[in-house]
Amino acid sequence: MAAVDDLKFQEFDDAANLLAANPDATTISIDEPAEIPKNQHSRRQEPGREEDDELLGTDDSDKTELLAGQKKSAPFWTFEYYQTFFDVDTYQVLDRIKGSVFPVPGKNFVRLYIRSNPDLYGPFWICATLVFTIAVSGNLSNFFIHLGKPTYHYVPEFRKVSIAATTIYAYAWLVPLALWGFLMWRNSKVMNIVSYSFLEIVCVYGYSLFIYIPTAILWIIPQKVVRWVLMMFSLCLSGSVLVMTFWPAVRDDNRRIALATVGTVVLFHALLSVGCLAYFFDAPELDFPAPVIPAHNVSTVITKS
Amino acid sequence: FAGLADVSIAEDIPVEGEITVPVGSHSPDEDYSTLDEPVRDTIMRDLKAVGKKFVHVMYPKKSSALLRDWDLWGPLVLCVSLALMLQGGSADSKEDGGPQFAEVFVIIWFGAVVITLNSKLLGGTISFFQSLCVLGYCVLPLTVAMLVCRLVLLAGSGTVSFIIRLIVVVAMFGWSTLASTAFLADSQPPNRKALVVYPIFLFYFVISWMILTFTPQ
Repeated sequence: MAAVDDLKFQEFDDAANLLAANPDATTISIDEPAEIPKNQHSRRQEPGREEDDELLGTDDSDKTELLAGQKKSAPFWTFEYYQTFFDVDTYQVLDRIKGSVFPVPGKNFVRLYIRSNPDLYGPFWICATLVFTIAVSGNLSNFFIHLGKPTYHYVPEFRKVSIAATTIYAYAWLVPLALWGFLMWRNSKVMNIVSYSFLEIVCVYGYSLFIYIPTAILWIIPQKVVRWVLMMFSLCLSGSVLVMTFWPAVRDDNRRIALATVGTVVLFHALLSVGCLAYFFDAPELDFPAPVIPAHNVSTVITKS
Repeated sequence: FAGLADVSIAEDIPVEGEITVPVGSHSPDEDYSTLDEPVRDTIMRDLKAVGKKFVHVMYPKKSSALLRDWDLWGPLVLCVSLALMLQGGSADSKEDGGPQFAEVFVIIWFGAVVITLNSKLLGGTISFFQSLCVLGYCVLPLTVAMLVCRLVLLAGSGTVSFIIRLIVVVAMFGWSTLASTAFLADSQPPNRKALVVYPIFLFYFVISWMILTFTPQ
């Protein structure tokens, strides 16, 4: 039964005072837009835990934790822990992809796009797309190269999908692991200003592989020069993203070690692209068969003398 | 209830009566105990549910019937028939051939599980098996495409047959993707819909590629 007082207009007191007066009340906090999804997640998934926090009066500590940017507060065996790695919106993923394709000289990819929020969505699905793109493009390009020949029977070459998957996922996860271990080791010896977490390194590597997706599609063109030009171009773009990310992390170190680290990063990247081009895409054949007889004569001349 | 405060029951008057409620119809019992019905009824009920879902996929409207009563019989039947139909091409083990039965099976089920995990990690509200159910049922248009492709290949394998197969597979691929998106899109957070739809697109693209590149010996 509503008392007459309830129908009169009331001034609402400050949230802190109200909460102090009545700790059991449910609270809604409207934070910055970037944090609203996090609040929604935690409130939707585990309302029981939120109520416990409010009852214990730890609501303030919960908020300060969120504002400090620390999100990984759930233990690693719960589902919510892994949800923190997928806390990105569509526009954020598109921004990160754009940042990896158009590297701005002097701007660090990690600091600019990822610093607060490394995600696993980008690396995982970019690698998956790259695996299937390379397999499909390789198959298509071989089909077009061998099209006219009477002895050629088209096969889908499905084995290559599993080989491509192993290679690309190993590159995208094991090389960052090795690099992270190496940087941690150097960090213990030389105090570096910039240090990256493992997930941030995985993120950079994953997003830097995006440029290879259109490159793989364009590799269908059966011209050797075109393929190598494309490869150089994409290697420069993604290599520069990696170099600009990792140079600040090693520049305080011994000069030679710094150069060796960055050089190795670029070398592995180049090895990946050259290897993919060589294995999945047959070489476009020459227009005329290579002369056999003169070579035979030359070899017999050499053996005689 | 102020009026009942002064009612008291004398202890020497026995209270008696009937507690049981007369059961007019037997329907509550029948709902819980399907043990006594003929086997044909049981099988037909499941078959009808599967058939109704097939119809829902072919004419996707925003109905929640597919989501509410999920079952995995349909996806299993579709997956096995698709994997069987993709056999018999390039049986020559000397060189790379088409996908083996196990490869198709693993791609469909593992792909569906990964997509479901992805949508749940991004904050989707759909349950695990409901999502598997929808993704599995939406393979139906592609299975129809595979059937049509095999029939067309019986007639010949020239350029004309390739163009027909291409058109059919592309159309069915679009139908599959649109059908599954229609069922799954509502349960995603609005600013992440594209992030959830893209893996579904990739999944059906890979299956369509396997169907299109099928070449019989």
